[in-house]
Amino acid sequence: MLLAIDWFLIVEKLVLIVIVVMASLLIAMYATYGERKIAAVLQDRRGPNRAGPFGILQPVADGLKLFFKEEIIPNFSSKFLFILGPSLAMLTAIMTGAVVPWGHTIHFFDRDISLQIADVNVGMLYVFAVVSMGVYGIMIGGWASNNKYSLMGGLRAASQIISYELPMGISLIALLMVTGTLSLKEMVVQQQTGYWNIIYQPLGFLIFLICAFAECNRTPFDLAEAENELIGGYHTEYSSMKLGFYLFSEYINMFVSSVIMATLFFGGYDIPFINEADYNQNWMALFGIMMLMTKVVCFIFLFMWVRWTIPRFRYDQLMNLGWRILIPLALVNMLVTGGLVLLKQNHWHF
Amino acid sequence: MGVNMQALTSRLKQVDRRKMSFIERLYLVAIFKGMMITFMHMFKKKPTINYPEKTRPFSPVFRGLHILNRDEEGRENCTACGLCAVACPAEAITMEAAERQTGEENLYREEKYAAKYEINMLRCIFCGLCEEACPKDAIYLSETFAPADYQRKQFIYNKGELLIPHPKEDPEAYKKALGNRVKRESIN
Repeated sequence: MLLAIDWFLIVEKLVLIVIVVMASLLIAMYATYGERKIAAVLQDRRGPNRAGPFGILQPVADGLKLFFKEEIIPNFSSKFLFILGPSLAMLTAIMTGAVVPWGHTIHFFDRDISLQIADVNVGMLYVFAVVSMGVYGIMIGGWASNNKYSLMGGLRAASQIISYELPMGISLIALLMVTGTLSLKEMVVQQQTGYWNIIYQPLGFLIFLICAFAECNRTPFDLAEAENELIGGYHTEYSSMKLGFYLFSEYINMFVSSVIMATLFFGGYDIPFINEADYNQNWMALFGIMMLMTKVVCFIFLFMWVRWTIPRFRYDQLMNLGWRILIPLALVNMLVTGGLVLLKQNHWHF
Repeated sequence: MGVNMQALTSRLKQVDRRKMSFIERLYLVAIFKGMMITFMHMFKKKPTINYPEKTRPFSPVFRGLHILNRDEEGRENCTACGLCAVACPAEAITMEAAERQTGEENLYREEKYAAKYEINMLRCIFCGLCEEACPKDAIYLSETFAPADYQRKQFIYNKGELLIPHPKEDPEAYKKALGNRVKRESIN
């Protein structure tokens, strides 16, 4: 006799995993196109418009180009780690999508299908764990290249990411005190009935946003690459699709952190001013996904907009901002929030 | 600049060395202002011209690729006199003359014509002296310019590439090749 395994559940989760991974790859692909297009229009240029109508096939052409490039593994590099680096970067980038609630539960074939791969009750901690593993991809890649420039690029990236993880974490603690849960699904449900968390945590959101920029290695915090200052940062020695993996994982990271920000602070798949329970469940799920994607696209646009506006920080400025401004601010934010929550629990009205 | 000196231009700008206020030191306002500037650039007109699909309008005296002209009935004007080749400072033009046979009156306007006519576009400096030298209005410079190519020998244009389309058989192509260019009057 078969064990009491819900085979349908496994199938539906597998399908969901495939869809989520494919979707994040596709979105990252078109984020590269969007990046180039937005860079162009912000600088009064036209951007890629040769491959297909409006240059829509440009990412495909770029990907093909990377595949056809010569694959170089330096003689003095440690080969295993050299390959592990980009793989790890890609893996951690994709893994985060597992705990994100993408939409309402849908009703299909007499089954309720949750549009979330895993509703982990420590969802937020999981995201943090995976994101901080991403730094290993960069560090290992920089070290395994056996090249001083790569190593320095890797060190810069690692110290930057670790420094900015602290204020990010602290700003989240404040948010967790407000919501009282770590599960992303529950956070969205709370925001559906109440207000979006941005109302309660505006300063926390600002700190989170700045740290997200730093975590994704985006300008003004792109010191890891700094293509016109360093040789090429941690991926100097990389070529072909291994380089492609690094570049690609950055775009996936950007997508994922946009999703996380939308979920944490902007109600996730919640459609504002509409009570979802009044309408058809499946349709609302569809609109919810579209709503989430709209929010994500706005964030991705913000990422790119900032990149083409603000110049890169100097390294000491970067560390100053992280350690001497953001961390104290986040701590104050946490203390004030904690105090207010405590007062509210003791039935103070204000 | 000294205290008593007077600025000769209006570009003089005093450096503001006042201490920044708290709001200014946050930089958030400045960042927002900067982002608005880049955002407004999205709606600006783009100066780029989509080249192969669109071309810039040329001046009416632009000197581009050569064209060997025909008269209204489609007969070639060139009599292979060689004046253009003599006038050419870059020595880019060569030709071979031939005599018109009976029955070829609809092809060539006069008794002598150019059997071969070649211009090396890599040597040509597009000065337009051939056009000025020509007594028969047979060669003139058009509005198009030499397209890129893979081999040097492709830039030696022969008669087939230089001749203007037939005005009766293909009037549209003829008109297009003629363009809006104004032939420069010879200097004398």
